[in-house]
Amino acid sequence: MTHSIQVKDLTLNFGAVSVLKTLNLDVAEGEFIVLLGPSGCGKSTLLNCLAGLLDITDGQIFIKGKNVTWAEPSDRGIGMVFQSYALYPQMTVRGNLSFGLKNAKLPKEEIDKRVARASEILQIEPLLDRKPGALSGGQRQRVAIGRALVRDVDVFLFDEPLSNLDAKLRSELRVEIKRLHSRLKNTMVYVTHDQIEALTLADRIAVMRGGIIQQLDAPQTIYNRPSNLFVAGFIGSPSMNFLHGATVDGGRAFLFGDTRIDLAGYDGGAVLERSKAILGLRPEHLHIQMEPEAGHTIPALVEIDEPMGADSLVWLKAGETQMSVRVPVERRLAPGTHVHLKVDISKASIFDTASEQRV
Amino acid sequence: MVDASVNAMAGPRGSKPQRRFSSRNLMLYGTLIVVSLYYILPLWVMVMTSLKGMPEVRLGNIFGPPLEVTFQPWVKAWSEACTGLNCDGLSRGFWNSVQITVPSVILSIIVASVNGYALINWRFKGSEVFFTILIFGSFIPYQVMLYPMVVMLREMGIYGTLTGLVIVHTIFGMPILTLLFRNYFASIPEELFKAARVDGAGFWGIYFNIMLPMSLPIFVVALILQITGIWNDFLFGVVFISKADNYPMTVQLNNIVNSVQGVKEYNVNMAATMLTGLVPLIIYFISGKLFVRGIAAGAVKG
Repeated sequence: MTHSIQVKDLTLNFGAVSVLKTLNLDVAEGEFIVLLGPSGCGKSTLLNCLAGLLDITDGQIFIKGKNVTWAEPSDRGIGMVFQSYALYPQMTVRGNLSFGLKNAKLPKEEIDKRVARASEILQIEPLLDRKPGALSGGQRQRVAIGRALVRDVDVFLFDEPLSNLDAKLRSELRVEIKRLHSRLKNTMVYVTHDQIEALTLADRIAVMRGGIIQQLDAPQTIYNRPSNLFVAGFIGSPSMNFLHGATVDGGRAFLFGDTRIDLAGYDGGAVLERSKAILGLRPEHLHIQMEPEAGHTIPALVEIDEPMGADSLVWLKAGETQMSVRVPVERRLAPGTHVHLKVDISKASIFDTASEQRV
Repeated sequence: MVDASVNAMAGPRGSKPQRRFSSRNLMLYGTLIVVSLYYILPLWVMVMTSLKGMPEVRLGNIFGPPLEVTFQPWVKAWSEACTGLNCDGLSRGFWNSVQITVPSVILSIIVASVNGYALINWRFKGSEVFFTILIFGSFIPYQVMLYPMVVMLREMGIYGTLTGLVIVHTIFGMPILTLLFRNYFASIPEELFKAARVDGAGFWGIYFNIMLPMSLPIFVVALILQITGIWNDFLFGVVFISKADNYPMTVQLNNIVNSVQGVKEYNVNMAATMLTGLVPLIIYFISGKLFVRGIAAGAVKG
């Protein structure tokens, strides 16, 4: 496999604060990587390091096999798209697109050719002679993408490009970026805190927290088999239900209060006997039924029913634990109803309470 | 039955009628008129006196308009009044002031804007300390620095020359101007700067292509500040210029007005004072307009 980007033991300190901690990341050619995490997790910082906009403390960065650790941003073969678009306000769209090419001293015909191609791909030809002030948010972000496009580079870096747009535009441009990727086959590194963007766009997602990549996997793996408690809680909306209890019988069952849940069919390693463990269940992997089933159901009390259009969320209480379950919207449950939640153990996750790692 | 709220709409409409001679208005305009008189009266006296001949001035009726309008005092103030051995009026001082102000303003603005740009966008190790020291400079009284400055210029061999004074003005304008530019550049989104770096623009490329075009308003502000400040300067003019031939307009005005020989020509003095104040006044009028336009032109949402 050829690597497009290789990050080796990247460390970044701001004074005494360590922002990135010996971080390693390999990105394959043509891969779409999403860096996902809460504010302050270091995802944008990592992107800025890749772009060469921040001087790193230690480690190395390779792009296309070339050591670019100390190279200028413009010499790294990258194009970057910013959250605030960062279009040069005094230049026209054409001026914005060609600014980098002029700096690279490209001949005029070549500049015109590339601007024409980029504006054709992004359908911004009618806007070429306008100034950014006269464009809408979506158009501005297209121009910003175009500015990366004309550079004719192998690696695109996106720094939360859709965060400033409204919900409708965001989903439109999201599809467009995906289309762009399948057409150009560039390597893309995309920073976002929006998990929908991450799940829809990524070939692989790197979930970050505290300057460390918590898990780097395909979206479906991240969703179904989160490697630790943080990833499990961060991905998914509403977030995963966590039941605090213990594993018993040599790891064959999970004890939650008085309820015993059979662990046969669990998708993971050896569960073993643990005095403290957490059972993670996604709202869509639980089913509400009226009859108990020994070893497979958890008794709960309906609190609130939230119809959300396509489906409906039911909030319940199992003992003292707040839980949510996704049900078809037709299914209405009156508050105060006693129900039983059937567990699909093959899609559940068990975490060790002390280490917070998935078992 | 008609609804009560609909009935209310049928009542009197429009804004509440105002009484022209309310006690509030009398108070407000009374104060404004008194304050304006306070400022207009001296100007009135100056203009009237400068248009009178000396015999009429001696009558002492300082508020009265001239019975016989003459522009002779203005001509004399500009081209004939004597200071020391020179009898070519303020015109000499005017051209000296121009020669001091123009290079000082240009030089100080160029250096300060690059300073501010480097301090905010190209932070280097110790740039914050450097900035603090620079700002601290604006809190030190000028008097403390006068003598060392004179010695330094003397050692450099430019003491007493216009070049020396230009350097002094540039240095003394540095703290406040750097602060001004640094804070303005800080308000320009950092991502623009980053984007330009990815686009391969260097230190000067970003300065000229990105920062300058977005900073017209602050350049106008700096221009007003520097032109009026340097034109009105008296202290440095006296201290750093040794030859009477090279005195700036303000110093020369002082010498004309305070000359102890002969008769006090009040009409000439008034004309000379107004001539000296004319340049900052014109700058205010022109750049005030430019300033507003500058702000409007810069108001492009990124």
